[in-house]
Amino acid sequence: MLNEDTANDLLNHAIDMASLGMDANEPETETLETSIEVEHLSLYYGDKRALNDISLRLPRNRVSAFIGPSGCGKSTLLRCFNRMNDLVDGVRIEGTIRINGQDIHARTVDVSALRSKVGMVFQRPNPFPKSIYENVAYGLRLQGVRDRRRLDETVERALRGAALWDEVKDRLHESALGMSGGQQQRLVIARAIAVEPEVLLLDEPASALDPISTLKIEELIYELKDRYTIVIVTHNMQQAARVSDYTAFLYMGDLIEFDDTRRLFTNPGKKQTEDYITGRYG
Amino acid sequence: MKHDFSQWIRSGQPWVWLNAAAVGASLIMVVGLLGLIAVRGLGHFWPTAVHELSFTGKDGRTRRIIAEIRERETITATRLRESGVEVPAGVESVERMLLKTGNRDILGSDFRWLLARRISGDRTPATLTVLERYEWGNFYGYLKNVKQHGKVVAEGDMAWPALLSRIERVTALHTRIRRIEKHDIGAINYRLERLRLRERQLQLDGNTDPAPRREIAAERQKLKARFAGLRRQLADLNRRIQRDSLVMEIMDGRQVEIPLAKVVRAYRPNAMSLPQKLGHYFGKLWEFVSDDPREANTEGGIFPAIFGTVTMVMLMALLVTPFGVVAAVYLHEYARQGFVTRMIRIAVNNLAGVPSIVYGVFGLGFFVYFLGGVIDDLWFQAAKPSPTFKTPGLLWASLTLALMTVPVVIVATEEGLSRIPRAIREGSLALGATKWETLWKTVLPMASPAMMTGLILAIARAAGEVAPLMLVGVVKLAPSLPIDGNFPFVHLDRKFMHLGFHIYDVGFQSPNVEAARPLVYATALLLVMVIVVLNLSAIMVRNRLREKYRALEH
Repeated sequence: MLNEDTANDLLNHAIDMASLGMDANEPETETLETSIEVEHLSLYYGDKRALNDISLRLPRNRVSAFIGPSGCGKSTLLRCFNRMNDLVDGVRIEGTIRINGQDIHARTVDVSALRSKVGMVFQRPNPFPKSIYENVAYGLRLQGVRDRRRLDETVERALRGAALWDEVKDRLHESALGMSGGQQQRLVIARAIAVEPEVLLLDEPASALDPISTLKIEELIYELKDRYTIVIVTHNMQQAARVSDYTAFLYMGDLIEFDDTRRLFTNPGKKQTEDYITGRYG
Repeated sequence: MKHDFSQWIRSGQPWVWLNAAAVGASLIMVVGLLGLIAVRGLGHFWPTAVHELSFTGKDGRTRRIIAEIRERETITATRLRESGVEVPAGVESVERMLLKTGNRDILGSDFRWLLARRISGDRTPATLTVLERYEWGNFYGYLKNVKQHGKVVAEGDMAWPALLSRIERVTALHTRIRRIEKHDIGAINYRLERLRLRERQLQLDGNTDPAPRREIAAERQKLKARFAGLRRQLADLNRRIQRDSLVMEIMDGRQVEIPLAKVVRAYRPNAMSLPQKLGHYFGKLWEFVSDDPREANTEGGIFPAIFGTVTMVMLMALLVTPFGVVAAVYLHEYARQGFVTRMIRIAVNNLAGVPSIVYGVFGLGFFVYFLGGVIDDLWFQAAKPSPTFKTPGLLWASLTLALMTVPVVIVATEEGLSRIPRAIREGSLALGATKWETLWKTVLPMASPAMMTGLILAIARAAGEVAPLMLVGVVKLAPSLPIDGNFPFVHLDRKFMHLGFHIYDVGFQSPNVEAARPLVYATALLLVMVIVVLNLSAIMVRNRLREKYRALEH
């Protein structure tokens, strides 16, 4: 339902590399569509301003990373995209966010439909205390899918998509809580992609995992970006550099810089960015 | 030395010891309590020896007394002198015995005290016979002969085996009579009453259609014919059961004839071997838990009380759980947290501290008189003026106890809800679930162990409660169980028996205190056991739920 005027959107929100500040001598001159468009977004917790007039456009089918020191607002910004901040008392939002052209704060928007289009994975794996199968089927069942075969197919596809199928195919009906942390996090990703979202929000998805699990998650992100627009929050700059195509640096609620990842890390446009990535503060 | 002592204090050892002592004391109290009621209660069913004692009366003549020795105690001579008993000078204390002589219909009372020093002979002859009767308690004596239609058929040594086989026959007849009386005739009466109500309802509705009336009349005719048939059957059985009788010689030498129809069982405790005693013991125990009470609740079993207690508690659990859970969910999930919710929480917590009798009074005033009155007006017009729900009954008792225990369930459920990790809720919401779906599919199942904890506490409180029940539905003797084979099978309007009230009734209201006392202990033990079983089953359910919804712990 967010996709009503897709054709128009494609025209309106098509942006080229230049508008994202890409290097002119990049060999490819691909045209990227905007998936998430943020305009003059400010967010207040009560009187405290947590996000300060942020505008940026996140391209479709690419991985965008938000980096910045703790408390800079990167998670808050991410949680705006599926209106998770609605759950927090006393939050006020100004500005607009459009996902695929649709203003997500419009009155006609059904929040739960929005959230099924904008999947989210949290910092710590949060599988439900149900079987592996039921975890993945959860979103489908919410949408009213009863057909056993369709459920089976989707669960398998989602688990394969999250590179988990081979590890769990023999114990689909065992509790998800018996899995390792890394497996649980991939299960949560499978759960999110089972409902075919357009956008996948990852909130420090690997921060609670060991290095090998982290590597697997990163590989998975790389594979998933063909099909989903991915936004990842990370406090780990190496990770941002490894997995993302674009990176935004936030500091104290301000968007300092948003650019192609390679350039942001090698040739940052702002002094603050340079200080941060070289470890001078944060 | 001083240094060592302060070192010892600082090490925390004294506190460990203190804690251990406190735990030990609690354990000893619990075990002691259970042990006491177990020994006193369960000992009652053991066949004790029957003595033939010779003693010298006040007039100097030697008499014989046949009795079980129930208790021995030593009391001061002064106390005896004060109550008018002659005690020789110089004697400080005297031993006296409580004897159960039985034969209440002949001697006037079951028990008597006897000073031990008066006893001159003590025998336990093997042929001493105890009869357990349907009325008037036990009978002690020597079996003389067995009669059929008033003619002696067995005498001397032959009498005992003849008696046993004839008691078997009488018991079988008794079972049949009771089944007809309680079950068959009860069902017919119940259906006749329903027919009457249906007819009355037709009259109230102003329905003049003769068809349903004809139907009712035909049905009634059929039931009455069956009733007459059962009456004939019953009369025949009653005639057959009167056939035999037996003659016993009691302690003062009189011979007493007793119809066999009055005898439950006969045994000779002095001649019994250990296995026989064990058999007798477990038979009595089974009778106690499975049979109806007799003789103003001092004999027979307490099955209706067990059944009533369990039914009432189950119904209460069924009522209190949805109420408490819904209230807790609203308070914790939907209501805006603020002054009002805080006041409600304080009120709920205070409700838990209100004395239970107050709930009883409330239940009587609101549930029975008001709600019951409304229900009777609306749906039970036909039965008036006799009340259907406007009288204490099972439903009102369960509702009153549910009201009493609902705070516990609310508090426990809220506790459980607040322990569900935020991440789980967010995970569900992020998949497109609404708040209600998140609650229903994820949060409530995960909080179910906490709800069970609340329910366990509620059961523990409700099952032991007596005071409010006396006002809203418990009676000393209920003619029928609240669940039976008559449609609609569960009769919420019926009064019922309850173990707690049974203890009170037998212990305080019984005409025969000495006979009732062991039953008080036995009933108390059974009440504790029923509560333990109810609690254990709830705890088992909770543990399984806990295992299933183990929260994320890493």
